[in-house]
Amino acid sequence: MSTPPPKPKTRWHIAVFLAPAVLVYTAVMIYPLFNTLRLSFYAEVDQERIFIGLDNFRTLFGDALWSEQFWNALANNTWFFVIHMLVQNPIGIALAAILSSPRLRFSALYRSAIFVPTILSFVIVGFAWKLILSPIWGIAPGMLDAIGLKFLYAPWLGKEEYALTTLALVSVWQFVGIPMMLIYAALLSIPDEILEAGECDGITGLSAFWKIKLPLILPSIGIISILTFVGNFNAFDLIYAAQGALAGPDFSTDILGTFMYRTFFGFQLQLGDPHMGSAIASAMFVIILIGVCIYLFGFQRRLRNYQF
Amino acid sequence: MTFQPIKGALLVTTLLAASAATAQDAMLTIESWRNDDLTIWQDKIIPAFEAAYPGIKVKFTPSAPAEYNAVLNSKLDAGSAGDLITCRPFDASLALYDAGHLTDLSDLDGMANFSDVARSGWSTDDGSATYCVPMASVIHGFIYNKEAFEEVGVAVPATVDEFFAALDAIKADGSYIPMAMGTNDQWEAATMGYNNIGPNYWKGEEGRTALIAGDQKLTDEPWVAPYRQLARWGAYMGDGYEAQTYPDSQNIFTLGRAAIYPAGSWEISGFNAQADFEMGAFKPPVQAAGDTCYISDHTDIGIGMNAASENQEAARTFLSWVASSEFSNIFANELPGFFPLSNAPVTLTDPLAQEFIGWREECESTIRSTYQILSRGTPNLENDTWNASVAVIKGDETPEAAGARLQSGLASWYGPQQ
Repeated sequence: MSTPPPKPKTRWHIAVFLAPAVLVYTAVMIYPLFNTLRLSFYAEVDQERIFIGLDNFRTLFGDALWSEQFWNALANNTWFFVIHMLVQNPIGIALAAILSSPRLRFSALYRSAIFVPTILSFVIVGFAWKLILSPIWGIAPGMLDAIGLKFLYAPWLGKEEYALTTLALVSVWQFVGIPMMLIYAALLSIPDEILEAGECDGITGLSAFWKIKLPLILPSIGIISILTFVGNFNAFDLIYAAQGALAGPDFSTDILGTFMYRTFFGFQLQLGDPHMGSAIASAMFVIILIGVCIYLFGFQRRLRNYQF
Repeated sequence: MTFQPIKGALLVTTLLAASAATAQDAMLTIESWRNDDLTIWQDKIIPAFEAAYPGIKVKFTPSAPAEYNAVLNSKLDAGSAGDLITCRPFDASLALYDAGHLTDLSDLDGMANFSDVARSGWSTDDGSATYCVPMASVIHGFIYNKEAFEEVGVAVPATVDEFFAALDAIKADGSYIPMAMGTNDQWEAATMGYNNIGPNYWKGEEGRTALIAGDQKLTDEPWVAPYRQLARWGAYMGDGYEAQTYPDSQNIFTLGRAAIYPAGSWEISGFNAQADFEMGAFKPPVQAAGDTCYISDHTDIGIGMNAASENQEAARTFLSWVASSEFSNIFANELPGFFPLSNAPVTLTDPLAQEFIGWREECESTIRSTYQILSRGTPNLENDTWNASVAVIKGDETPEAAGARLQSGLASWYGPQQ
């Protein structure tokens, strides 16, 4: 005769300790997210909210007026992201590599100085750069004039062909500190023994960076890429602060965030349409989800993590 | 550390004031986007009202203009909005009325003081119900630097040809930017450009109502011709006008660097404070000397009552007072450039404001063409007009193409234009 195995004790403490985070996260993230998705299946007709299925999405992608704006915003957003990947992240990595060099003096000062813009408000950054680049009061024309390059100056923020790139570079200026810090931390965590072992084999200087350090910080670069992707496709503030909700000139700086804002809350005589706005927000969510999935399943799993 | 006691004192007085008010008086709160006018409301308008009607206390609580509509809608939905609501003209307020947030005020004492045009901004499409008391309108025209005109030796233009001759002369002289306007913020091009000079071409109300009725199209000559004039403006704006913002233009003009400023009358009080040269104003130039002139005398601010207000009686008292000539006089003189819409007689002391309001005698008044009914659908005609006006000024789009684009957008949703 065998006694039945003792009933496993309910481990309440797990639920109790998880509860605060789960509740707060559900209230401020999960519930609004699903409610937004739900809202996108409705429309308001005669003061009443009615269920219309996928009609909002049909309008968004099928109606020439809407789809043109949507694809324009998506294309602009992609360009915004490409600039960040091509400019912000390589510069961030380069800065981190320079900062981690033991021979550099005042590295703490540089580190802070480069990181400071990250903690500034978008409004301040947008306004400050608008002033710097202003053709009337700005210092940009004067500075270019001083080095004899005045002909290079153009009212960048007012030209359709330059405005988006200019704003993307302003955003790069603001956020270059983040990849720098993450890579810097990754570089510091590389044990000296590995580098010394490499030195014994004759790998020093730049080739040590390319052959030893870079492979070791690849996981961090992956994380930075995905953070940049999510951040850029959720971006809104800088464009709104610098160019307003109409994202001028002629919608050349319109990204998904400003398009969503304009639709959701309305603008000037255009009344807000929360349901159509939710449809755009849902489309943004799906785009980001797809991007993150591609990264997770396509890249993350192939990156090798080295344990020291 | 030193400000702590002050903060504390402020807190205490606020609490005391609040509790004292609830104890005996009806307390009215006004929602508004005119945060620029805060001091005038607090120092002039509200004391005048409270002196006349003891027992009613009024508080003016403005929010930022760009956020006002969104903030107000959220507050109304949440039931925390003030008793009195400053009304944007046309659809934004009509939507509030339809949603039951604003009360029908057609039977309010003093509503008879307003003409149909004045009430049009805050009435249902059929005109049967008026839900806000019209408070003020703004008039469009051009403000100019008198000293610059004298220095260059140009006369105040009355016709389009004289206007461009003056601009040419100022440009040739070179000491002033002929026209202070930029296209970065877009709305000036439509509001101070297209809708400023346009009424002379589409003959004010005649063209505007014909467009709403579907008898005229945006591709017709009267609606394309203003774009033809705008296309010539670009040459007279300052270097880099593409990135010049609205505050930039204001500053350029008040610093005395530009000669002509395409304006709305709301600029008057700001310009009076900033500019240290003498300013004059001229109305939008007509095509040929002696033509009837038309001005944009746009209904801009109204005030209505929150249907959920707990102080309905007090709110009605306040609104009746707003419709009276006492309010009109204080408001018009404290805020030169915002002209009362009531028929009650008003005397203005500011010469520049008097010049603007004087045009009402000589010219036919109309409102901005895109505001009533026509900006209800998608694409939004007003927003498209901003975009088209900018594109035409920059030379990116021909006037004809702009007209055709706007017409096809409007026809896509507006029945009478199909």
